[in-house]
Amino acid sequence: MTVRVRPPSLRKRMSFVVMVLALASTALIVRAVDLQIVRKDFYQGEGDARHLRDIPIQVSRGTIFDRNGEPLAVSTPVEAIWAIPREVLDKGRDQLPDLARALGVDVESLTQRLTQRLAQTAGRDFMYLKRPVDPDVAEEILAMHIPGVASERAFRRYYPSGEVAGHVLGFTNVDDRGQEGLELAFDEWLAGQPGVKRVIRDLRGQVVENVELVREAQPGRDLTLSIDRRIQYLAYRELKSAIISNSATSGSMIVLDVRNGEILAMVNQPSYNPNARSGDAAYRRNRALTDVIEPGSTMKAFTVAAGLESGKWKPNTPVDTTPGTYLLAGGYTIRDIRNFGLLDVTGIITKSSNVGAIKISLTLPNESFYDLLHRFGFGEVSGSGFPGESPGFLPPPRSWGPVEKATISYGYGLNVTPMQLAQAYAALANGGRLRPPTFVKGTLNPDVEVLSPQIAATMVSMLETVVTVGGGAKAGVPNYRVAGKTGTARRATGGSYESRHVSLFAGMVPVTDPRLVGVVVIHDPGGGRGGAPYYGGLVSAPVFSKVMTEALRLLDVPPDNVQNWYTGSPDGRPTIVPPPPAPDEASDLSRYEEGVPQ
Amino acid sequence: MILRIGVMAVLAAVVVGSAIGVVYARQESRQRFVELTRLTNERDDLNFEFGRLQLEQATWTENNRVEQIARERLGMVSPTAAETVVIKR
Repeated sequence: MTVRVRPPSLRKRMSFVVMVLALASTALIVRAVDLQIVRKDFYQGEGDARHLRDIPIQVSRGTIFDRNGEPLAVSTPVEAIWAIPREVLDKGRDQLPDLARALGVDVESLTQRLTQRLAQTAGRDFMYLKRPVDPDVAEEILAMHIPGVASERAFRRYYPSGEVAGHVLGFTNVDDRGQEGLELAFDEWLAGQPGVKRVIRDLRGQVVENVELVREAQPGRDLTLSIDRRIQYLAYRELKSAIISNSATSGSMIVLDVRNGEILAMVNQPSYNPNARSGDAAYRRNRALTDVIEPGSTMKAFTVAAGLESGKWKPNTPVDTTPGTYLLAGGYTIRDIRNFGLLDVTGIITKSSNVGAIKISLTLPNESFYDLLHRFGFGEVSGSGFPGESPGFLPPPRSWGPVEKATISYGYGLNVTPMQLAQAYAALANGGRLRPPTFVKGTLNPDVEVLSPQIAATMVSMLETVVTVGGGAKAGVPNYRVAGKTGTARRATGGSYESRHVSLFAGMVPVTDPRLVGVVVIHDPGGGRGGAPYYGGLVSAPVFSKVMTEALRLLDVPPDNVQNWYTGSPDGRPTIVPPPPAPDEASDLSRYEEGVPQ
Repeated sequence: MILRIGVMAVLAAVVVGSAIGVVYARQESRQRFVELTRLTNERDDLNFEFGRLQLEQATWTENNRVEQIARERLGMVSPTAAETVVIKR
């Protein structure tokens, strides 16, 4: 053994080793920190991207029911066939004819669509080939195992009532989102929240394992409407037949429940089928809420109510309407249908005297008259929450001259929607308490007093005379007392009035304890030709009568006018006495009808 | 010394035990999730079936159709006021 140079001391060697180890472990820690903390997201993401997938859990849209639980809009699952254009064109070309046949299209147009899409998106995107597809057809297509073709669950909305409730419900688009009507208004409520689940997929994209629920799916909630499908159908049927028999162009009808402001029926003509939409977008308008009319004589109820409220008028205050014309400032002459002579305030309603209404209105300060109309909801959206509802137009009182105030008194120079009219008549029927209308059953819907109960009751009994002795006889409902007001207005177009008319009837039944309010609006009866009846009492009132007759029976409303037709015979067996036939002669009725301002 | 070894052994056993517990819980949760998914799908399918049946029922009971059958095939009419008897108590 040679003598070596003296090795470094043990201590030095130890500290060297320790230092190397320390460096090594520091490096490891740095690397670990780098991987686990600094670049964690990147690596985690890369790792997950190779096998973890978040896939959506489809949820169905809530069902819409009518007030009795009958479905009005139901979502059922269908399939949506989609394709990755590049894959189909590269690998599945020979199967294209089969695919085209199953989809019900010809091969050329299918190939063309795929090629176009491929060119547009540089082959990166996918496209829907067809949706919705019947589940059976989808299965057939998937069984072909065409590369790049797959299907996913989608939903299609069906409306079993079709045309009858089309305007109220609206419809959804292919993505199952509400586009119009209540489908749009309650979209958030109905749509629900698709959930997300995390799954492990293999190379071919097959789900190997469900890992966890990232977000729970929130199925769409159901919605129960105030609509009664049976009354809705009645209103639809009667309005449609009236429109056809009077060769009118369009119309609306609303039935309201006075006790809670719930809309039992709302129909419009022309209508459309939400299951198969086509044609004119104008057919899809819910005219009862979006279109405005000049309400004509139906407004006189509120003119007289304002008169009674002022204390200057009582129901029996005499009003001289001689000579049946009134010369307004600016040279407009307003006429009654004939010279009614000396009437009282009730008679102004019964006979619908324009002159009488003007005379009452001219004694009222602008502000108080405006205030009453405003309280009854004119000039503001009704609060039904329906998309696109019109607020109508009530000119502010500062701008009223004597002419404006006079024209408003008989229902011109302001715009209202049929809904506003129904709401205002419902307030009269409800003892002077206004309640915003609602489409949802069981809405908490408080009412506010807009007119004293005494005046409201007086108004209802005045309005009853319109049906018993005035021009609204055809609105009568056997065994029930009906109150209401007819109206006939010329249609305004571009600053002048043409010889086309709007026929209205607004009424309530039964008078003893009003339950239903109905408004019927029919545009253009007779199609603008002379000779055809256009008075509200002849065109719209019969629709009211027919719908209410059935609706009262369906809702089990007890008759309040029994003594008029039923008397017990001496031996206790009932004798059935038919009601007296309603006066049918048009000439007879039109004597009482309102004059239409020229 | 024996005490220390004992403590270590116990701790080691606890660690192993909890590790197995974690694995078990994880496995259990996956199985439950699979079960949940299956049941959810079943529920959804039943709901869809129900929706389809509701739709079918609604189509059959469509007022227009019922009215037509009642009037035309069965010859039914709505009672008129004259045929109605009101019973007062």
